[in-house]
Amino acid sequence: MGKVMPLEGNNAIAEAMRQINPDVVAAYPITPSTEIVQTFAKFVSDGKVTTNFVAVESEHSAMSACTAAAAAGGRVMNATSANGLALMWEILYITASLRQPVVLNLVNRALSGNINIHCDHSDGMGARDSGWIQIYGENAQEGYDNCIQCVAISEREDVRLPSMNCIDGFFVSHAYEMVEVEEDAAVQEWVGPYKPVRPLLDIQNPYTVGPLDLWDYYFEHKRNQLSAYPDAKEAIIEEGKRFGKAFGREYGLMECVDLEDAEVAVVALGSTAGMCKDVVADLRSKGVKAGLLKLRVFRPFPDAEIVAALRNCKAVAVFDRAASYGASYGPLYSEVTAAMYTRGANVPCVNIIYGLGGREIRPDQIADVYSKLNDVKTTGQPADPVSYVGVRG
Amino acid sequence: MTSKPPASRQTPCLTWASAGKEGEKQMPKNLKQLSESPVRLTGGHRLCPGCGEPIVVRQILMATEDPVIVANATGCLEVSTTIFPYTAWNVPWLHIAFENAAAAASGLEAMYVSLKNQGKIDPDANYKFVAFAGDGGTYDIGFQSLSGAVERRHNFLYVCLNNQAYMNTGVQRSSASPLGAHTTTSPAGRVIPGKTMVQKDLTECMVAHEMPYVAQSIPGRWRDLVGKAEKAFATEGPSFINVLTPCPLGWLCDPAETVDISMLAADTCIWPLYEVENGEYKITYKPKEKKPVEEYLKRQGRFKHLFKGEDGAEIIKGIQEYTDRKWDALLKKAGEA
Repeated sequence: MGKVMPLEGNNAIAEAMRQINPDVVAAYPITPSTEIVQTFAKFVSDGKVTTNFVAVESEHSAMSACTAAAAAGGRVMNATSANGLALMWEILYITASLRQPVVLNLVNRALSGNINIHCDHSDGMGARDSGWIQIYGENAQEGYDNCIQCVAISEREDVRLPSMNCIDGFFVSHAYEMVEVEEDAAVQEWVGPYKPVRPLLDIQNPYTVGPLDLWDYYFEHKRNQLSAYPDAKEAIIEEGKRFGKAFGREYGLMECVDLEDAEVAVVALGSTAGMCKDVVADLRSKGVKAGLLKLRVFRPFPDAEIVAALRNCKAVAVFDRAASYGASYGPLYSEVTAAMYTRGANVPCVNIIYGLGGREIRPDQIADVYSKLNDVKTTGQPADPVSYVGVRG
Repeated sequence: MTSKPPASRQTPCLTWASAGKEGEKQMPKNLKQLSESPVRLTGGHRLCPGCGEPIVVRQILMATEDPVIVANATGCLEVSTTIFPYTAWNVPWLHIAFENAAAAASGLEAMYVSLKNQGKIDPDANYKFVAFAGDGGTYDIGFQSLSGAVERRHNFLYVCLNNQAYMNTGVQRSSASPLGAHTTTSPAGRVIPGKTMVQKDLTECMVAHEMPYVAQSIPGRWRDLVGKAEKAFATEGPSFINVLTPCPLGWLCDPAETVDISMLAADTCIWPLYEVENGEYKITYKPKEKKPVEEYLKRQGRFKHLFKGEDGAEIIKGIQEYTDRKWDALLKKAGEA
């Protein structure tokens, strides 16, 4: 049986890392993810893990060393936020292209500038095309559970892709919650030993990793990589079920709250989805047919599943905690509406840009969005579907 | 559960404390033994005729019988030896990007140390990790990564294939390009005579890292280069060899003269051959008669403009003065002045 204890989101993830006991962790400090790395460094210094911890001189080197260590043939983890992820950007693509199952704990924070250390999703969204699996957790428990699942998902032979375990900076990373921490042995058994695939440390079978790949082969290699994402989606579902069987908390691609008969629905990621649950319960008690789609897996993007969940709604609001500068809409809205259009679901959708740089969002603001969706339900798609919630002026 | 941390980071590492094991200095291999070494970079790669790089790489990798794993920065060596689906490498080889060869080597070595400490790799195994990068990937964009990896005392050899410009992208100046050199981004023109600054003294930067073994060499003196690689491989901790590696394409010289020109660099003391072992300087080749720098410069088209007119003569004079000053300083450091 697990043990329920009060933990900050960061320390819940550090606990998961201690239990997983990766072979190498190469990391660099950045707020708000720093605590994961420093808590883990203490585990190393106290001999609680056998990990070789490499305190590198930059996030670029962190991801480079992680990618190389994974290619050498072992389990590798890391943590970062915002500008740290941006500095890794070049290497993120390479990690995924080399099919190295690195797990990165991403504590979501706003990208500069101006510099801001608080939560939004501009970092994760900036890396959305890099080829990494992205799983967004609502709270510390999910940060812990998803960290463990990411290892199993990434390392599956039918996946072999790196993954980001995302939690909201400060709202989750620095908030104490009661977290059920499973027994060490149970976690280790669930994750299983690392099974290397063509490790570079196998000196009897030397091979060349990361060659020059020109117009005559690059496209085929990229096409192969693209074919891994549908498999990854299935693997995430399977591992979520397997996790549920072992520990009683089952996960899927998304969590649907009262969506079956919902007329007005919200799509949201991360901690905001938790607040939406309270708002939905409140609205339901007042007779409003409100629903919520909490998207857990943003990459691979579960477009068919999202459309299936939303197609009977009368109006939908997609919450983006990130702006896409120069685009007409936020990144999540663009993908949801592209899926809806492509799959013939004619539901009016509005885009809510909120919470940039850690600006709080309150239940009354979310309730207000649901009430505006009631208007959209009757009047149809508004001329300007984008609105900004919680911003002055 | 408790366990010991990796051996390499178990004890405080004081300056030079992890330097070369006492009494483990091997006899350098003779020519016959070298010719019998396993071929780790094969022929059939697509580097230019006369390129110094494969000569250097082969000499370096001949210097150990132990298993070698290579981390390669983006550059001529990488693009010309691994054009998919072909490879010229007979050893495990990894390329990630341009500026991170040292970080990549760190990661490879870190995993090796971890697995060895966990008993997952033969405890008697003695794998060597070598990073190859050009001067762009070392002096410029990869400098931070190199500095960090050396400070962390990873056990690896970093070899800079220094041809003094970004040759792979078409001969652009780097901070390794010497004073007066014509490159495509420091072109010799009517008012600007090529590069107007001297090169960064990266070898001394690495000495300042107080690492166990630092050396400069050339492909032309194989005994010097192989001997230094042997010492580097016997070193516990990081080692760095900066090899002046002629590039006929960028230096505008005869591909048949690669080896000779590298030897002239040593004979003029423009590129002194020396090593710094545990902080002790040793000059490994002292020309009987120090040749004037013109003899080195005039063999290369990149300095051709310096031989026209008074301005060029002034620059050559400056190069000679700089070379003399650096050589005298080196003699002092080696206790020979």
